Amino acid sequence: MQGMPKRFYAFFTLPTMVAFAIAFLIPFLLGIYLSFTEFTTVTDARWVGLSNYIRAFTDDRNFLNAAVFTVKFALVSVVLINGLAFALALLLTRKLRGTNLFRTVFFMPNLIGGIVLGYVWQLIINGVLINFGVDITFSASYGFWGLVVLMNWQMVGYMMVIYIAGLQAIPTELIEAAKIDGANPRQMLTWIKIPLVMPAFTICTFLTVSNSFKLFDQNLSLTGGAPARGSAMLALDIFSTFYGRTGYEGVGQAKAVVFFLFVALVVLLQLRYSRGREVEN
Amino acid sequence: MTRQQRLRDGLSVALLALLAVLYLAPILIVLFNSFKGRFFISDAPFALPTAQTFVGLQNYVSGIAKTGFLQAFGYSLFITVFSVAAIILFTSMTAWCITRVTSRVSSMFYYLLVYSMIVPFQMVMFTMSKMANVLHLDNPVGIIVLYLGFGAGLSVFVFSGFVKSIPREIEEAATIDGCNPIQTFFLVVFPILKPIYITVAILNTMWIWNDYLLPYLVIGSNYRTIPIAVQYLQGGYGSRDMGAMMAMLVLAIVPIIVFYFTSQRSIIEGVVAGAVKG
Repeated sequence: MQGMPKRFYAFFTLPTMVAFAIAFLIPFLLGIYLSFTEFTTVTDARWVGLSNYIRAFTDDRNFLNAAVFTVKFALVSVVLINGLAFALALLLTRKLRGTNLFRTVFFMPNLIGGIVLGYVWQLIINGVLINFGVDITFSASYGFWGLVVLMNWQMVGYMMVIYIAGLQAIPTELIEAAKIDGANPRQMLTWIKIPLVMPAFTICTFLTVSNSFKLFDQNLSLTGGAPARGSAMLALDIFSTFYGRTGYEGVGQAKAVVFFLFVALVVLLQLRYSRGREVEN
Repeated sequence: MTRQQRLRDGLSVALLALLAVLYLAPILIVLFNSFKGRFFISDAPFALPTAQTFVGLQNYVSGIAKTGFLQAFGYSLFITVFSVAAIILFTSMTAWCITRVTSRVSSMFYYLLVYSMIVPFQMVMFTMSKMANVLHLDNPVGIIVLYLGFGAGLSVFVFSGFVKSIPREIEEAATIDGCNPIQTFFLVVFPILKPIYITVAILNTMWIWNDYLLPYLVIGSNYRTIPIAVQYLQGGYGSRDMGAMMAMLVLAIVPIIVFYFTSQRSIIEGVVAGAVKG
C-alpha cells in the first residue's frame, strides 16, 4: 500500500483527522494561546503575558491546595489499589472455588460512571458519619478518604483482571522448574511472579496514576469540593475557576496548561521508571 | 492436598466471599433505599424499608418526571451507539492507512493522536465547547464528531498495534486480484480486525456512556444524558429529593449491569487487551 494514491489516503485519514482537529488539536492550541490572554468569550481575548499564570498561584491558595490534595490522593490510591488488586489476583489464580463469580463481582463497579458512584458513596459515607453528627463535607480529610475508598472500589477489580492476565501469562515451565529447585511459595512470589508481572505493573500504575490525577466526576458528585474547596482536586478546581466566577477564564486556562504539563511529566516519568524494571523473558 | 492447604484454601474463599458481599453492598443499599420515602433515606440509609417507610415506585415516578430520565436514556443510547460506530469505522481506516503507508505525514498523524491521550480534558474543555458552538455541533448528532475526534487517540493506537501483526501478503494478494485500497480494506482487512474492534467498542462504550463533562458543556442545557440527569437532581444543597436520587441511581446502574451480564467475557477481555496495548 506504500504507493497509495493521494485521494485514497485522504479518504482513509480525513474523517478522523478533521474530527481530531475540531475536537482536540485546534482547541488545544487555542487553549495555550488563551492562557496568555484575558477573555470571556474567545473573540475578546487581550494579551496579558504571564499574568494569568502568576494569578493562578497568587490570587488564592485554591490551586496549590488542590495540587497537594491531588498528589497525596494519587500516591495513596496508587499504592492501595495496586496492592489490593495484586493480592486479589494472587488469590484468584489459585484455582479456588468460585473464582469466576468473584472476578465478576470485583470487576463490576468499574463499569459504573463516576457521577453515579459519587452519589452511591455519599449515601453510604454520610450514613456512617450521621452517627457522629457530621457529614462528608465536615472536613476535607473526610472527603479525601471517601474518595480513596470510592476509587478503590471502582478500580481494584479492573487492575485485578490485568494482574490476573499477567500471572496467567507466566510460562508454566518456569513455575515447574522453580518447584523442582525447591522454591517455597514466598520465594516463588519474590523471584518468579513479581518480576514477571512487571509489564502488568507498568500498565496498572500508569492507569491508576493517570486516572487519579485526572479524577473529576467522582470528586464533583461525592463532595463537590466541600468544605470551601478543601476537597477539590486539580480538575475540579480548574472547572470552578472557569465557570464559577467571571473574569477568571484566563486564569482557569492557565491552570489547565499547568495541569496538562504536570500530568504529562508525571506520566512520562512513571512510564520510564517502571519500564526500566521490566525483565525480558 | 494436605490438610493445611485445604484449610488455607477454605479461609481464602471465606475472605473472598466476605469481600464480595462488601463489594455488592453499596449497590444493594441504594436499591432498597429507592423504595423508601424521601425523608427516611439520609437519616437511616442502612435501615431496610418497613411498612411505614415503604413507598413502592413513587420515587421512580417522581424521579423520571423530574429529570426526564426516559429522554436522557434515549440521548445516551443514541450518542453512545453512533459515536462508537463512527469511532470504529473511521479510526480503523485511519490506523490501517497510516500504519501501511509509511511517510512523514503518517508518523506525524500517529504521534499527534497518541500524545493527545495524555492531555486532560480540562485543557480543552472551554475552547472545545466554543468550537462546537461555532460549528453547530452542539446537538446529539454533532457531538458524535467530538467523540470521534477525542476518542481517536486511544482507538487509532489500539488498532495500529493490531494492524502491524497482520501479514502484508494478504493485502498484496487482494491488490493483485484487482482490489483498490478501499475494497482491500473493507473486504479483506476489516473482517480480520473483528477481535480488536470489539475491544475498541467496549472501551469507548464505557467512556461515552458514563461521560459527564463533555456532554454537559456542549449539549447539557438542551439535552440531558443519564449522568447529566443524575447530577441535575443535586440542585441546591439540602433541597434535593433523596428518594428520586436513589431511584435515578438504580435506573442509571441497571442498563450497565444488563450490558455486563450479557457480554461479560468480551468486556473483561476487551478491557485487558485494551490496557495491555495501551
